[in-house]
Amino acid sequence: MKNSLVALSVGFLFAIGLGLSGMTEPQKVVGFLDLFGSWDPSLIFVMIGAILVHFLVFKFTKKLNKPLLDTKWHLPTKKEITPALVIGSTLFGIGWGLGGYCPGPALTSLASFEIRPLIFVVSMIAGMYLFRLFDKKFKLQK
Amino acid sequence: MQQDWINALFGGGIIGISVSLMLLLNGRVTGISGIVNGILSPLKGDTAWRVLFVAGLFFGGLILKVLRPTTFDGVLATDTWTLISAGLLVGFGTVMGSGCTSGHGVCGISRLSLRSLAATIIFIVAGIAAVCFFKKIGILI
Repeated sequence: MKNSLVALSVGFLFAIGLGLSGMTEPQKVVGFLDLFGSWDPSLIFVMIGAILVHFLVFKFTKKLNKPLLDTKWHLPTKKEITPALVIGSTLFGIGWGLGGYCPGPALTSLASFEIRPLIFVVSMIAGMYLFRLFDKKFKLQK
Repeated sequence: MQQDWINALFGGGIIGISVSLMLLLNGRVTGISGIVNGILSPLKGDTAWRVLFVAGLFFGGLILKVLRPTTFDGVLATDTWTLISAGLLVGFGTVMGSGCTSGHGVCGISRLSLRSLAATIIFIVAGIAAVCFFKKIGILI
């Protein structure tokens, strides 16, 4: 119960951060990726700001045996750079440039009640299902 | 321009605080694509928090829409099929690559994960190449 309320609050705060930073404006995202055109580097500061804060908190949490409201850590353990990681990230990058949305800003933009974020999110979920079908057949090591 | 940088840094700081709360309290990575993908194959006791997280994103969006109406400006003028293709690629690619901008780009890099650093460099480079290419052939303006 407490964990769910944390998730709700984190989602809320995350969306506010995305909106203030400019990540919910597809033209701005495309401008950030337009290195060989009219490059707008400002969005690099979103990552810098987020990583600065989170790096310090992560270092602190390493001293704890478990999170404050759960019995154990649920962190990724994989270390290998697999073909699936490389190909998947490439496909994601192409889609990100083409649409100007990554998953978080797209979901947040549903609240604009405009049609484009909705079309994007429905397609994104369809893409996730498509990967399942693909993975069932080829059984990738992600 | 300078104001954009300050907003980006400030917004990024808020994102950093939110993912830090998720880690410190729930012991989890805030990876949006992973959270959504987990809703699509629900496991008992592992779904409610994911749905509430997405609801939180939506409520945050609503507050932004009311208090900062310019938040959702800057929509691209591409056609619907381009938008659908973009969504399909993002959905397929993030599950195949085990993460997106949040999970790899923010959480993974902060944990000094080489895997996430590699993924982040790859999707940014692919994004730059895609924008360059699609502008050249006139799909992006």
